[in-house]
Amino acid sequence: MKNGTTLAAPPLAIAGARAKGASSYKAWVATAAILALLPHVPGLHSDFGHSMLSQMGIAAVFALSFNMLLGQTGLLSFGHAVYFGLGGYAAIHLMRAINHGLPIPMPFVPLAGAAAGLLFGILFGSVSTRRSGTIFALISLGVGELVYAATFMLPGLFGGEEGITANRTRAPALFGLSFGSQLQVYYVIAVWALVAALLMRAFMRTPVGRMCNAVRDNPERAEFVGYNTQHVRFFAFAAAGMFAGLAGGLNAINYEIVAADSVSAQRSGAVLLMAYIGGVTHFAGPVVGAIALTWLQISLSAYSAAWQLYLGLFFMAIILFAPSGLAGLIVMHGAILRTRAFGAVLASYVIALVPALVMATGAVLVIEMCYRVSTQAELGTRMRLLGISLDAATPWPWLFAGALLVVGFFAFRATWGRVAAAWSRAGDEAAGERAIAMERGER
Amino acid sequence: MLELTAVSLLNGVVYGLLLFMLTSGLTLIFSMMGVLNFAHASVFMLGAYFSFQFGRWVGFWPALVLAPLACGLIGAAIERYGLRRVHSKGHVAEILFTFGLAYLIEEVVTMLWGRNAVANAVPEAIDFSLFTLFGTSFPAYKGLMMAISVAMFVGLYLGLKRTRIGLIIQAALTHPQMVGALGHDVPGLFVLVFAVGSALAGLAGVIGGFMWLTQPTLAHFVGPIVFVVVVVGGLGSLAGALIASMFIGILQTFAVAIDSSLLDLFRALGIAVDRASPFYELYSIKVATAAPIVPYLLLVLMLIVRPRGLLGTRDV
Repeated sequence: MKNGTTLAAPPLAIAGARAKGASSYKAWVATAAILALLPHVPGLHSDFGHSMLSQMGIAAVFALSFNMLLGQTGLLSFGHAVYFGLGGYAAIHLMRAINHGLPIPMPFVPLAGAAAGLLFGILFGSVSTRRSGTIFALISLGVGELVYAATFMLPGLFGGEEGITANRTRAPALFGLSFGSQLQVYYVIAVWALVAALLMRAFMRTPVGRMCNAVRDNPERAEFVGYNTQHVRFFAFAAAGMFAGLAGGLNAINYEIVAADSVSAQRSGAVLLMAYIGGVTHFAGPVVGAIALTWLQISLSAYSAAWQLYLGLFFMAIILFAPSGLAGLIVMHGAILRTRAFGAVLASYVIALVPALVMATGAVLVIEMCYRVSTQAELGTRMRLLGISLDAATPWPWLFAGALLVVGFFAFRATWGRVAAAWSRAGDEAAGERAIAMERGER
Repeated sequence: MLELTAVSLLNGVVYGLLLFMLTSGLTLIFSMMGVLNFAHASVFMLGAYFSFQFGRWVGFWPALVLAPLACGLIGAAIERYGLRRVHSKGHVAEILFTFGLAYLIEEVVTMLWGRNAVANAVPEAIDFSLFTLFGTSFPAYKGLMMAISVAMFVGLYLGLKRTRIGLIIQAALTHPQMVGALGHDVPGLFVLVFAVGSALAGLAGVIGGFMWLTQPTLAHFVGPIVFVVVVVGGLGSLAGALIASMFIGILQTFAVAIDSSLLDLFRALGIAVDRASPFYELYSIKVATAAPIVPYLLLVLMLIVRPRGLLGTRDV
């Protein structure tokens, strides 16, 4: 039986790939159109909006390059910012040279970043991809700390804490682009991001890219087929380094400054969070994560000093309950969208949402009051939270928030069973429909 | 010269013994479960904060016991309710879980004690000069730390070699499946090792809080170096961890104390190098400035050349 399905799989897979090819072509055109129109959408049509979109584009390329390692090849890196940062340094030095008269238009600067990323990807990749798994993770951590420490040893090259600055407007113009406005910067980033995403997608479709998946899933078997897993990991690593360098180059143009923090462990951790929260099992997952986290960082940090704590809680929730990330959740719901039980799933969500909100309100109150008392004591204990005026010096707000948290938690646990039941019904139904559809397809 | 050597050696031994306190627990955890526990340094930091808080409430000596106990309980909870859940999803999920936990603990510490360093002063009971070496006085709390560290090594060593449970843990370090097959409660053993390892980290935190600033970035400051010691020392080897800690402690202390660069070497050899020559900046790096990269260089080289470490019995 098992043998039969394996034999039947290839023709189906090829047909699927062809259909996917056509629809993905449309998806790319649609993405390009959205990228072109996005800065003119009301609400985003401002320097603030353009700056946010630019940051999202950079983060998306960086997170996609990270996922070439984690999602596609199964390599967990704790030092991916090395290639981002070194690419950024290469780009900023090129920008300085351009400022001093080198005749290269600014939009080509990210290529220097990509070249540096590739170079260092080859250099460090040749030693770190000899191993996989935990050893690889440790080596990447060591290389990351090594490079971070080295940036302080060579202040002429890296500028230490203050970093290196350049001017993106003092360069030969191309198509009349002067880069005085953030909108022009956004378009350069958008074009490069789209090209990079296309190339990364294409790389994963090449035989090397497919072997990356094989090495991730079963390295032993990949070796038996006759591939050198070390070489496969090395190719993926060098390519990921190149795209991270490109993102670093874009970052250099966007901020006109590159400092030691761009190679830091924090930056490496941030891209890990982005890719994982977005979902490493889907190509677009890291993009979702990059957009979501950049937005969170910009908007939430304006409202709350505790935004990093919320981010950490969110990350833990994803690891424990939704390991395929936001993209995985979206795909999961797409699969049951047409089933009759979908309505029941939605209804169970609405019911579970009430205690979830109660619990979240309690948690937010406690966290915000704690933060106010311990990190912003100078602002006093009287505060306004979620429309409620309270004084954190008195016990009542704490008791109230604690009660909300506890009651919400137990009520949520009680309603969660309903969600699980609705899901299992919808899942059965979807599986049944898939089986029927496959049978029809075979006939 | 003798003065510099003696003082550096003493400081190196102190630093090395503190590193050993910090890593002895992680060596057991890492070798037994194969989990790169990023939260270990965070538990160390919690130990420092707990000792500060308990010290205010009940005084230093009770805090010296209570803080590690609290850290041990937290460690047990991490294993029982967190790691065990993600264990089935593989090593990457486990590493990510501890990574997220480290991030979370840093934020929770900020939430409870603020962003700035707390005034974690050395308590009066151990704040006196033990002896004076070349005009530098040696504080008593460092002496206490050395005593605790040595006692920790002896205790752990005897516990692992001489007690029944120690023998089972030792067996589980190398052959966890076989130990499980023989009917021992390996998951329970994991919780125990995690709790003990975390308690030891907490104990190190009590002392470490006096030597370094007790602030939310403390975990990040010691985090990576802990892995260096574990890897260099070798999996499952307490003696290896001790040797590696001392080696790295002394190496770094000496490197920081040496105020010369390649330029001085060139000058001594009679080679003329000036600002115009290529790589001048590279030559002018002082050994003291290069000190921070030494452990990481060691880590990367060790992983590539000899992944089982100095005294390890199997690869990482």
